[in-house]
Amino acid sequence: MRLVFVLIVGCGRVGSSIAKSMQAEGHEVSVLDENPEAIALLNRGQEQSWEDLGGSFTVGTALEIDALLAAGIENADAFVASTDGDNTNLVIAQIAQRRFETGRVVVRVLDPARARWYAQQGLQTICPTQTAIELLERAVRGEDERRSSGVH
Amino acid sequence: MYAVIVGAGKVGWNLGRELIDKANEVTIVERSRRRYEVVEEELEHNIQYGDGTELWILERAGIERADLVIAVTGDDEDNILICQVAKEKYGVERVVARCNNPRNLQHFELLGVKPAVSATDLIMRLIEHEVPKYGLVHLLDLKEERLEIIEMEVAEGSPAEGASVQSLGLPEGSLVISILRDGGGFVPTGDSVVQAGDEVLLVLDIGLEEAVTERFAGRAAAPSG
Repeated sequence: MRLVFVLIVGCGRVGSSIAKSMQAEGHEVSVLDENPEAIALLNRGQEQSWEDLGGSFTVGTALEIDALLAAGIENADAFVASTDGDNTNLVIAQIAQRRFETGRVVVRVLDPARARWYAQQGLQTICPTQTAIELLERAVRGEDERRSSGVH
Repeated sequence: MYAVIVGAGKVGWNLGRELIDKANEVTIVERSRRRYEVVEEELEHNIQYGDGTELWILERAGIERADLVIAVTGDDEDNILICQVAKEKYGVERVVARCNNPRNLQHFELLGVKPAVSATDLIMRLIEHEVPKYGLVHLLDLKEERLEIIEMEVAEGSPAEGASVQSLGLPEGSLVISILRDGGGFVPTGDSVVQAGDEVLLVLDIGLEEAVTERFAGRAAAPSG
């Protein structure tokens, strides 16, 4: 992957982990979260602070257009919607796709039914619940769990 | 008509009651157990418990045969999503969404959810109607047609006072459609003369407000921008 600008909305365990690995690979990374304390997850286990490493962090509500603009959505090559709300993620991902024409948009959706339908509409949804279901089913059957994927 | 209403807050509950009184079939969906129990005492089988953004809950409420879906929860993202799946997945002809934060109206529009109703916006318009800026009141915005209908009060000493309609000096793309005077109204001709205190209704292309306003505002009150 060539070096790009990644915007991640929702800085929980998932968002912060993606942010740190993207940053470590040399990409420019901006993170938006409504909780100012969430930056602690970006700093955790790092030798330098997130901002010293060159990452940016914006406090704001995902649905607020001003917050998305402040976090740099207009220049984002990739957009990750990873807040704890499925509906928030689905709405902001469509904003990124339709209004800002972001090249790569990835959405976390916990509900498999919504993930499946929105995937059919052209969103790249990732459903951790579906992944867990498949892994657990394989584990119960004693099958090789490594081949599973929750990507629709 | 069969209506599915998501959200049994004050708006959803009262809408449900009104629609039932008008002999419509209604199902309200409410995700708070406590709220559900309160409303269920009155509306009984017309309310179901569950998260109305889950597809199976909407299906259980009969969304596939609904003529109308009304999303009036307190979360704009939920209202957008409910209306989007209602239209695009279940083919519901009419949807109405509540927009809690007027700054989110642009998202409703972007994702094709209309009409979206914002109480804040409506109240702001009423306030503007009471305290009009430079005598200008928005009566109607025809967004898709890119037209608006406004009402202007003719100020004393304004360029319009004493002028005939055809010599008002209005910009191209604007038209006087009626004049309200002494409690009555009439459709003017080009020769009708405008007086101070008249209320003039105009239809205009969007963006002409300022050019129109300066013809009707008094010198002191004319906007500087």
